[in-house]
Order: sequence, then C-alpha cells, then structure tokens
Amino acid sequence: MPAIVQVSDVVKRYESGFEALKGVDLEIEEGEILALLGPNGAGKTTLISTICGISHPTSGTITVSGHDVVKNYRKARALIGLVPQEIALEPFETVWNSVSFTRGLFGKAKDDAHLESILRQLSLWDKKDAQTKELSGGMKRRVLIAKALSHGPRILFLDEPTAGVDVELRKDMWEIVGKLKQDGVTIILTTHYIEEAEAIADRVGVINQGQILLVEDKATLMAQMGRKQLRIALQEPISAVPESLGSYTLEIAPEGDALVYHYDTTNERTGITTLLNDLQTAGLTMTDLKTQESSLEDIFVDLVKEKP
Amino acid sequence: MNLQAIKAIYVHEMVRFFRTLMQSFLSPVLSTSLYFVVFGAAIGSRIDQIEGVSYGAFIVPGLIMLSVMTQSVSNASFGIYFPKFIGTVYELLSAPVSFLEIVIGYVGAAATKSFFIGVIILVTAHFFVDLDIQHPGAMLAFLVLTCLSFSLFGFIIGIWAGNFEQLQIIPLLIITPLVFLGGSFYSITMLPGIWQTITLFNPVVYLISGFRWSFFGTADVPIIASLLAISAFTAICLAIIWWIFRTGYKIRS
Repeated sequence: MPAIVQVSDVVKRYESGFEALKGVDLEIEEGEILALLGPNGAGKTTLISTICGISHPTSGTITVSGHDVVKNYRKARALIGLVPQEIALEPFETVWNSVSFTRGLFGKAKDDAHLESILRQLSLWDKKDAQTKELSGGMKRRVLIAKALSHGPRILFLDEPTAGVDVELRKDMWEIVGKLKQDGVTIILTTHYIEEAEAIADRVGVINQGQILLVEDKATLMAQMGRKQLRIALQEPISAVPESLGSYTLEIAPEGDALVYHYDTTNERTGITTLLNDLQTAGLTMTDLKTQESSLEDIFVDLVKEKP
Repeated sequence: MNLQAIKAIYVHEMVRFFRTLMQSFLSPVLSTSLYFVVFGAAIGSRIDQIEGVSYGAFIVPGLIMLSVMTQSVSNASFGIYFPKFIGTVYELLSAPVSFLEIVIGYVGAAATKSFFIGVIILVTAHFFVDLDIQHPGAMLAFLVLTCLSFSLFGFIIGIWAGNFEQLQIIPLLIITPLVFLGGSFYSITMLPGIWQTITLFNPVVYLISGFRWSFFGTADVPIIASLLAISAFTAICLAIIWWIFRTGYKIRS
C-alpha cells in the first residue's frame, strides 16, 4: 500500500543550533494506527508539528497523499486533523463556536448535522453552548478532538492524547480511535505509555533524540515479547553443554554456573518438562530456576539506551 | 483563496467583539460624551470659534480619529496576539490558510469594529453639536482608510509582541501622544512659532487635518498631503506585513 504520509530525511534545526530531528525517515500507511513511542524531548511533537505545518523542516521533504507540506500546503493540510498535546482553547468561546471555527478554517462550508454527530459521539452535545473555560480538563480534551475532526480529516494526529487523562476518558478515546480506523482514517498518536501502544496500535515506532530507532508491526514486537527465558542455576559449573542436550537451544551463563533456555510461551509446547528430565538424566544438579520475560518496555528501554 | 477561512476568522472576531459589547461600544459613547462636557462645554465656552467652526464641532473629527486609531490598534493587536498567548495559534498554522487570508480576517474584523465605533461617536456628537458634513464621500474614505491602516499596524504589533507589556507599550507611548499632539483638540495654527513646524513631523496631523477638511472644508495642511500621508502609512504597513509573510517572523519557526 502506498504511504499516505512520507517523511524523507527530515532535519529540524532550531536557531540555537539544537537539532530536534536528525534525518527522520518514516512512512505511514493509509488506514493504520501508528504509535510513536519516545521519552520526553525525543522529538515526537516536533515531528508532528513539522508534518502539520506548525514549523517547517530545515531540510528534507514531507508529503501527505503526494502533496508536499510546504509547497502544496493547502492540499496537504486539508487532509490532516491535529489534536495538540497542550490544551489550548479560547476560554470565553462556546464549544459549538470553537468547533465551527475550525471547520471554517479548513475551508469547509457550515454543516450543522456533521458537527452534531461529532459532538454526540464525544459526549459533548449537552455542553455545546458552554464556554470552554467552564469545562473539566477531560472535556476540554474532547473539544480538541472534536475540533480536529470537524472538517473530516483523512489523517488524525493525536499528540499524547491520554497524558493526564482519567481511565474512563482513556477508554473512550481508544474507542473513538477504533471507530475512526473503521472509517478508514489514518491515526498517528504519540505516547509514552507502552500499554497504550499495545492496546490500539497496528505499528509501533520508537523515537529518541531526534531519530527513529525502529518501526515495527505490533504483532512482530508482541512475538518478541512472548519470548521468555528460563535460567537454570547449577550446583557445579560446566564449560560445555552436554551432548545429550544438543537438541535444545541452550546457552551457558558467563560464569558457567547456569544454563539459559529460550522458549516461546505462544507455542503449544514449551519443552520445559522434557528439558528438565533430560538435565537430570545428564547428571546435572539444579539449585534454582528462574523465568524472565522480555516486554515491550524492555525492548523500548534497550533501544533508547543503546544510542547514547 | 480559502474564503470559508476568512469568514470563519472574521465571524470569530466579531463574536468576540459582541461578547464584550458594553466595553466595545458603550465606552466610546461615554468617553465622547465626557469629552464634549469637558472640552466642548467647559473649555469651548471660552473659545469662540476656530476657522469659523464652533469649538464643540471642531473637535468632533479629532475625537473620532482618536478613538478609531487607538481602537483599531488595540483590537487588531489583541486579536492576533491572544491566540499566540493561549496557544490556539496552532490551529491557524496547521490549517490550509495563507497568511494573506489570516490578515484579511483579523484586520477586516478589527477595521469593521473601529468603523462602527467611529460612526457611533459621530452619531453621539450629533446630540451635542450641529454638524454639516461638507464632503461625505471623502469623510467616509478617510474613515475607512484610517480604520484599515491602523488595524494593519495593530496586527503587526500583535505579531511582534512577546508579552502583554509590549502589546500595550506602542499604543500607550506612541499612538496616544501622537494623536493628542496631532491637533485633535486644536488647530495647529494656534501653536506658537517653532511648534507649528515641529508638529508637521507628526504623521497623525495629516490624517486629522484631512478628516477635518472633509467635515468643514478647512484644513491645517493641504488635502493632498493628507491623502499622501494616509496612503504612505498604509503602504508601509502592507510592506511590513509582506515581509512578515516572507520570513515567517515570530509566527512559524
């Protein structure tokens, strides 16, 4: 499938000389949900801002559905809805006016029925005449989403949509994202909650210090997550795996006092029972058993740590 | 041209004005009335006539200009500064809107509002003094051009301002003194010798003089000089706006 958003070698350097993005390449496929994971200051928001037109790239190109975001910004931006990280609403404006304003900015004619359905979907309909300053934090965030959806975007950027949001709203948000996906909307969300990426994303990208470290199908990542290791501590250190155990994928721990066995919990058989039997047959005495699993968090932490 | 966006910005700004209706429209009426009471009745009774016009009537064009200029600058500057301040400017930047459309929306709304304020003051003045406007067409043209050019100027200040203090400082330290010293309440021929020359460096003199000419047919400076002054001021503001657009100054990094 052709990429709906194509980011090619994008560098963003500020006047201070700070490089927020150091040559980012990213392809976002139409209809997918991509979660961008990264610690604070990794460049998530800068990347989104650069795609959405809030800042221009220092070098490199970005196209949205084939339209360059700088040269052909009207066509590119018309396809995008953006929910910013910070809540920014004009305090004295009503919810209805605020959402109508955004729709107008995007060049769309008045469509009350469309706005009503968005507000209802976000449980904002009974608040439509309220001034935004009267709303709770969660409600304000819903208004931001309603604004971003007001012109029927094909691509929706959610910049940390669930930061500081209660559990109920978070679930609602995931539900909304799911519905939008069904309608064929491409969704890019940034988060530093790994569970969030696990819960709703199709693909996960990891960004740190202005570089994309990895973009992978969630399924592939989950498969890595499903992998576990069994550490078998031995009474007597050994220097080589006994021949009778050659059929197992075993490693000897650096000190030689333990064997490490890798297995997949998603398999029907993990092979643990037969391994333990065979260990006994081989005459090895076990003093302890320990299992460990690698989570997305581990993968993430490893990735982020690797690049200093 | 994204006409829907211009309309959205314009309507959004007008709604904001109407939300503060009392402050927007009642205060100019009140302050104009006070000026008439203080200047017109108290001081005016001691001044017979200026250039054949009663003092009360003489100050009307200056009063209108005073309000129109300060209101244009403060409304237009606040209009674009506020979204920057509260962060909603992200919407303008991420929407398929050109800078020109943003300018038309904000400046158009600010100019509309100050135009109405000018008209309200004119109507209010009618209750106090007899006014016979000699060149209504020119009067209208001067009023519209002043509303537009000072709203453009205000927009520039709003873009430039980094905080509320900077937002206030130019209207307070430059516009108000220039208008008060620009012959709002007196004819510059009443000034002593050297000050008559010095005051000619004040651009506002030309605007007020031209506007007053459209009312009474008399002016401190030739009408052509007034027309050139307002045109030059508009042109300078447009040039600065164009430069902001080219460089993305203080808007887009």
